[in-house]
Amino acid sequence: MFAFIVRRIIQAIIVMLVIGLVGFIIQHQIGDPVRDLVGERVTPAEREVIRDRLGLNDPFYIQYARFVKNAVKGDLGLSFFYKKPALKVIISKAPATIELVIVTALLLILISIPAGIYSAIYPKSWLSRIVMALSTIGVAIPVFLTAIALIYFFGVELNWLPSYGRGETVNIWGWESGFLTLDGLKHLILPSVSLSSIMLPLFIRLVRAEMMEILETEYIKFAWAKGLHRQRVWYIHAFKNTLLPVITVFGVQLGILFAFTILTETVFNWQGMGFMFLEAVERSDTTLLVAYLVVVGVIFVVVNTIVDIVYGLVNPMVRIAGTK
Amino acid sequence: MKTWQRFKSSYLLYSFKRDPVAILSFGVLMVLVVISLLAPVVAPYNTYDTSTIDIMDAETPPTWMEGGDERFILGTDIQGRDLLSTMIYGLRVSLLIGVGAVLFQAFVGILVGLLSGYLGGKLDAFLMRIADIQFSIPYLIVAIFTSAIFKLAFGVGRYEELAVPLLIIIIGMSEWPKYARTVRASVLGEKNKEYVEAARVIGISRWHIMYRHVLPNTLTPVLVISTIQVAEAVMSEAALSFLGLGMPVTKPSLGTLIQSGFEYIFSGSWWITFYPGILLVVLILVILLLGDWLRDVLNPKLYKG
Repeated sequence: MFAFIVRRIIQAIIVMLVIGLVGFIIQHQIGDPVRDLVGERVTPAEREVIRDRLGLNDPFYIQYARFVKNAVKGDLGLSFFYKKPALKVIISKAPATIELVIVTALLLILISIPAGIYSAIYPKSWLSRIVMALSTIGVAIPVFLTAIALIYFFGVELNWLPSYGRGETVNIWGWESGFLTLDGLKHLILPSVSLSSIMLPLFIRLVRAEMMEILETEYIKFAWAKGLHRQRVWYIHAFKNTLLPVITVFGVQLGILFAFTILTETVFNWQGMGFMFLEAVERSDTTLLVAYLVVVGVIFVVVNTIVDIVYGLVNPMVRIAGTK
Repeated sequence: MKTWQRFKSSYLLYSFKRDPVAILSFGVLMVLVVISLLAPVVAPYNTYDTSTIDIMDAETPPTWMEGGDERFILGTDIQGRDLLSTMIYGLRVSLLIGVGAVLFQAFVGILVGLLSGYLGGKLDAFLMRIADIQFSIPYLIVAIFTSAIFKLAFGVGRYEELAVPLLIIIIGMSEWPKYARTVRASVLGEKNKEYVEAARVIGISRWHIMYRHVLPNTLTPVLVISTIQVAEAVMSEAALSFLGLGMPVTKPSLGTLIQSGFEYIFSGSWWITFYPGILLVVLILVILLLGDWLRDVLNPKLYKG
C-alpha cells in the first residue's frame, strides 16, 4: 500500500511539472516581462540590461528551474493588470467560485437522489416518464442557454430574482461570503440552478439505473420475502447500496462542474475565478493566465490523486493492477 | 450492388425501421445537414456579403410581431442581417467544425490506439500515460485553455481569420484520448486472435496487419462513440464561441449568435438568442438520440438505464 501511495504521488509531481512546463513555455513565448515592467518608452540597450538583470538571457532550463522554485514557494509572478501577485488575485476570486460550486452540489444531491429513486421505484408512472424525458432533452441543452432562459424569465420578464453579480457579501476573515445576507443568497439562486442543470440528467439517470439494478438483486428479493416494510426495503436496504457508485461519479464530475463555472460565471457576471480567467485572456494578462493554469492543475492533480489513493484503500484490485 | 444487398438485409436497417425515434431524429438531422450544405441556395440572403446588410434593419422583430418586416421572417440580428440566413450559415459552420473536429480526433486517437495497442511496450506506456493525464482534466477546460493560448499567440485578428481550422484542432486535441483508449482496448482484444496469427505466419508486414486486418475489426466501437462525439464537439464549439474564444461575429456559428443576442436580451430582443438556441438544441438532441440508438443496436451489452 505504501508503495502504491508513493507511486501515485510521484506521478502527481511529474504531471505538475509538465503542467508547469506548459505554463512556463506560454509565459516565455507570449508574455514579455520587460514590457510589463517598463512600458514602451525605454531604449533597447536599457531593456537588454534589465533582461540580463532579471536573468531572462539565461538558458531555458535554468529559467524553468527558477520558475518551478518560485511556484513551489507560491510566487507565480505579478499580474500585469492588477499589479498584484497573481496568486493573491486568484485567491481573492476563489470564494465566489467555491460557494457557487457548493450550492450547485447541494442542489444536485437534493434533486437527483429523490428523482432517481422515485423513477426507479415507479418506472411506469407518468411522473417518472416526464423526469426521464426531461433528462434526455436536458443533456442536449448547453448550460449558457439554460442560464439565458432563466435570466430572461426570472430576471427580465418576472423581475423576481437578480441576474447580475454576487450582490451583498460579508467579509469573514478575508472570505467574501454571499451565504450570510438575503441579497447574497438571492443572487446565488439562478447561477447555481443553471450550473446544476447540466449535471442533473446524468445523476438522475445514474441513481435510477443503480437503484433499478439493485432492486433486482437476490438480497432485496429476500428482504421482500421476509415481509419487511417496503419503505425499509427501499430506503434502508436498496438505497444504501446505490450510494457507492453515485459518490464515485460525483467525485469525478465535481471537476467537470468546475470547468463549467467558467461559462456560468460569464453569463451571470459572477466575479469568480472563471470570470477572472476570461478577463485575463482579453487583457493579454499572461502571468495571471499561467497562474490560473497552474492553480487549476494543482486542484485537479490533488483531487485525482486523493481519489485514486482512497480507491486503492477500498479496493485492492486497483493497487495490484498498477504494479508490473 | 452487393453492399447494398447486404445493407438491406442487415440487422442495423431492420432495427432502424422499427424505431420511430431513430427514424425521426435521422430525418431531422438529414434535413439540417442538407440545408447547411445548400446554404447559399436555401438562405434568403448571403450574410457574408456585407453589401446586402443595412445597419438600419438591426433588431427587427419576427414578421408576425409588431414592427416586423416582411423581408425578414425571423427578424434580424444586431447587425441588421436576416436572422434565418445567419442561422443557416451558422448551422453550416457549427456542423463543419463539429464533424471536422471528430474526424481529426478520430484520426489522432485511432493512430495512437493502434500503435500502442499493437506494438505495446514502452511506447504503449508512454502514450497511455499522456492520455491518462489529459483524461484526468475535463475536455472543456483543455479546450478553453488551448483556445485562450492560441488567441494570445496568434493575436485576435489572425485568430479570427483562422478560426475554423484552429477550432477543429483545438476541439480535436481536447478529446482524442477517448478514441485512443477505445481503439487500444479493442486492439488488445483482437491482436491475439487466430486470424492475426495466421496473417503473421504468412509473412504479412506489421503495418499491413495493423491497418488492413486489425483496424476494421475495431471500428464498431469507434462508430458508436463518433456519433456522440459530434454532438459533444458541436457543444464545445458553441461554448467556446459563447465565451468569445471561437468564431468571430462576422462569420458567426450558432454559439456566436447566441452570445451576440444575449447582450440584447435585457432590451427585449429575445429572438436573436432564442431561434439559434432552439436550432442548436435540436441539432444536438437528434445527434444524441441517434447515437443512443446506434449504441444499443451495435453493442447491446453496453446498454444501461
